[in-house]
Amino acid sequence: MAANPMSQFDVYRIGPEIKVGAFDISFTNASLFMIISTVSILLVFNLGSKRNSVLPNKMQLLAELSYTFVAKMISDTAGSKAKPYFAFIFSLFMFVLFCNMFGMIPYTFTVTSHIIVTFILASFIFIGVTIIGFIKHGFSYLKLFVPSGVPAVLLPLIVVIEIISYLSRPISLSVRLFANMMAGHTMMKVFGGFVISLGLVGGWLPLSFSVALTGLEILVAFLQAYVFAILTCIYLNDALNLHH
Amino acid sequence: MIKKIFFQSIFFSFLFFKEAFAAESGGMPQLNPEFWISQIFWLILTFGTMYVVLSKFILPKISNNLESRKSQILENIEAAEKQREDSEAKLREYDEVLLKSKSEAKTMFNQTRERALKDIMAKKEVLDKQIDDEINKAEKEIEVLRASAPDKINKIAIETSSELLEKLISSGVNRSSISAIVDDLSKRNGDKYYGN
Repeated sequence: MAANPMSQFDVYRIGPEIKVGAFDISFTNASLFMIISTVSILLVFNLGSKRNSVLPNKMQLLAELSYTFVAKMISDTAGSKAKPYFAFIFSLFMFVLFCNMFGMIPYTFTVTSHIIVTFILASFIFIGVTIIGFIKHGFSYLKLFVPSGVPAVLLPLIVVIEIISYLSRPISLSVRLFANMMAGHTMMKVFGGFVISLGLVGGWLPLSFSVALTGLEILVAFLQAYVFAILTCIYLNDALNLHH
Repeated sequence: MIKKIFFQSIFFSFLFFKEAFAAESGGMPQLNPEFWISQIFWLILTFGTMYVVLSKFILPKISNNLESRKSQILENIEAAEKQREDSEAKLREYDEVLLKSKSEAKTMFNQTRERALKDIMAKKEVLDKQIDDEINKAEKEIEVLRASAPDKINKIAIETSSELLEKLISSGVNRSSISAIVDDLSKRNGDKYYGN
């Protein structure tokens, strides 16, 4: 491992270069960790749903608790209309959570620390939510940008602000996750470097800091997955129940 | 700009790894578009596969499991409720039976007691009558005996005294005068002994 704290985010090819037309879709370490995450998610939830006993075992309990956790989150924020999108939000939450958590293992790669990955997820959510909004409400979905009870003088300004805030949703969503992941991992790497450079004499302070940071980062890994999923639910709520 | 942010973020470590950094270009690998297409492709592939498998196979199963558990628990609760009601009804029935048998036993006991008492009374009456009869008979006998007793005593006394006198005097004795004296004495003493 290189000493550069940013080198942990390097993407490199594993195996041969695969090209489809002009596009390079080679298998990389990012792809590897995406596959590891999805396979472990499928494994965990497959094991958790295999047997249906009244008294659940650990795996079943884990799967069912996650299921009820996400279901409650969706019904709390987006109401019962969001039920058809449960599977998507569940997959999204689990994918982000598992990618974040696998990134916490030393020498691994954090898929969600790459802006392109989070941006693709966020823009998919953004486009999907916008389409759902227009399908459900037609052109009256544009009322989202015109809040009720605003003085007519302020209305042009408010509409512009609302449109900008709406359009910046994919950016804020993707950058929030990406920046949190990158900053946390960089910081841990930096403190790890301090431990080495200060050695046996002074290395203990950054080491203890590193330990504390690891705990914090695990919290952040969960929290960011949760925030990502709950913001998706809120956007979906805007599209399903036009409240403005 | 990005370079600046980067260097600020790693400012401290930069002090210790000057040589190491000198060789590297620095910058965020995230902004290197070399593998963007690859990442997008693999993201869509893996996430899409996961979504399909989860939504088609796994999540319905989990939801089914949860539902079946819920319904099973509800069923069990219902069954338990029913059994409880049944047992309560049985308990009531049992109480009734117990009460009834208790009262029956009471009446039976009372009846037998009365019967036994009656029996005892009847037997007692019969016995009493017998005893009374016996007592009467005995009293009568005593009465007869008592009535005849002074006469016999008088006779014995007369005979004894006349014989005594004959021996003493060695001649005939007027019996009638002796009996008059004995009667007189026995009357006086009989009052003392018999009280009549």
